[in-house]
Amino acid sequence: MYASQRAGLASLVFVEAKGSGIDEGALNAITAARKLSGPVTAVVAGSTADAAAKAVGKIEGVDKVIVAKDAPESTATLLQAIQKQESSTHVFAAHTAAGKSIMPRLAALLDTQQISDITAVESEDTFVRPVDAVKVITVRTTAFPAAAAAESAAAEEAAPQVDAKPLTQWVREDVVKSDRPDLASAKRVVAGGRAVKSAEGFQLGAAVGASRAAVDAGYCDNSLQVGQTGRIVAPELYIAIGISGAIQHLAGMKDSKTIVAINKDADAPIFQIADYGLVGDLFTIVPELMEKIEAK
Amino acid sequence: MSSLRILVGVKRVVDSAVKVRVNKALTGVETTNVKHSMNPFDEIAVEEAVRLREKHGKLVSEIIAVSCGPTKATETLRTALAMGADRAIHVKTDSALEPLSVAKLLSKVAAEEKPDLVILGKQAIDDDANQTGQMLAGLLGWPQATFASKVTVDGGALEVVREVDGGLETVKAELPAVVTTDLRLNEPRYASLPNIMKAKKKPLKTVSPADLGVEVAPRLQTIKVTEPPKRQGGKIVESVDELLSKLRTEANVL
Repeated sequence: MYASQRAGLASLVFVEAKGSGIDEGALNAITAARKLSGPVTAVVAGSTADAAAKAVGKIEGVDKVIVAKDAPESTATLLQAIQKQESSTHVFAAHTAAGKSIMPRLAALLDTQQISDITAVESEDTFVRPVDAVKVITVRTTAFPAAAAAESAAAEEAAPQVDAKPLTQWVREDVVKSDRPDLASAKRVVAGGRAVKSAEGFQLGAAVGASRAAVDAGYCDNSLQVGQTGRIVAPELYIAIGISGAIQHLAGMKDSKTIVAINKDADAPIFQIADYGLVGDLFTIVPELMEKIEAK
Repeated sequence: MSSLRILVGVKRVVDSAVKVRVNKALTGVETTNVKHSMNPFDEIAVEEAVRLREKHGKLVSEIIAVSCGPTKATETLRTALAMGADRAIHVKTDSALEPLSVAKLLSKVAAEEKPDLVILGKQAIDDDANQTGQMLAGLLGWPQATFASKVTVDGGALEVVREVDGGLETVKAELPAVVTTDLRLNEPRYASLPNIMKAKKKPLKTVSPADLGVEVAPRLQTIKVTEPPKRQGGKIVESVDELLSKLRTEANVL
């Protein structure tokens, strides 16, 4: 704990239930919430919240779990009611598609200015200070470690009843089927740009990412886009293949531990931030790389 | 649904091709003598409004572009008019605006103009907040569909395909509603010279936050803005073998 001990702090963390599990970004948001002294209450919302709540109760640092089997549309109204009931001073969520959709709506209901995509809590690179009564915050998941499992389970309670009719109906989803690691939590990411021409697999047990150009050209799905307007990743190893390195792409991966760039243009901006650069044709380099990795 | 009135929000931002620099006082980024343009996501919002009119013809009665900001925001509004918006509203203020303030201003404009559909960009590329549309929907108590990659209007109902983390999700809502645009919704058109000339004659109304009864003082205090840490430029290796050996021995990532 390195936040100042202040009386009366209490944090809510919004946890999105996904199937029988949870969205893993919530584990990073819980870590961020724990940097403030005060109890942490997790609000598990979604149609499968019951199953997910058990897992959330066993996360280190979660003091209480509130379960809400609600349609996502009314989640903001629900969180508003829970904030009031718990007198929460802070509400955290991961900066994911769900967090980005729900939290600003909640902030407006509470008449407070949200802080998006924070990378630190009360430290030198925290550059905004909330002065509102309630702080609504989304957390950049790659900037905080995931909270670990605990020995004991936290108490569970049902969410308060709110009279919030869902305003939108869910129709269907088209989830990209992938047996690869999830982009946001992968240790290794291989990303292809416009020059790749198609999305080829890799032998590193890596997640596959892409530049906007590759997505726009239809080589792969939008959910794989890395960058300012896509996903933000910070794996141990990021291999950029046929990516020139526009600032908008760099914004999504420059915190990776090791960056490798493969590009036939020796002047591509990506080489200025890559730890290791290889200049050459990716269509000869990549097969050779794959062969030699397999043969190791 | 006899007619459909669409309100589009646009923001003047530093052009996406500009490499931004932090100013000497560390209070923000350098914006003087820097090229500004319409936020790319807002171009997509204007384009979508114009396309809805092209598709549904007379059903779309009016497209109103609105921008909150300093005097020069009128240039951004003229661009929206040249792309096909009918008239513009400029909420003029020199104070720095946070998304909550903009959402409140837009909610007042919406109360006056009574649009059936509000289309905003999903985020502005300067503050990257990704909040205004959601906040506006919350204030108005309207349904919201964020990160849209396909918008279909059928009578009084709206169907939106959304870009979410794992792929795509489709939702339905009754109008009035708020939609925020993602990159793949459409390819914005360029304003042609005749249309730029015509846009100069289209009506542009200026109001102040006070006229709308909105207090726009910032809630957040910016303490300091700094450059992100520079990465050490790396080495260029000569071969795949050298690359692999470096990854194994130096970086220890394989």
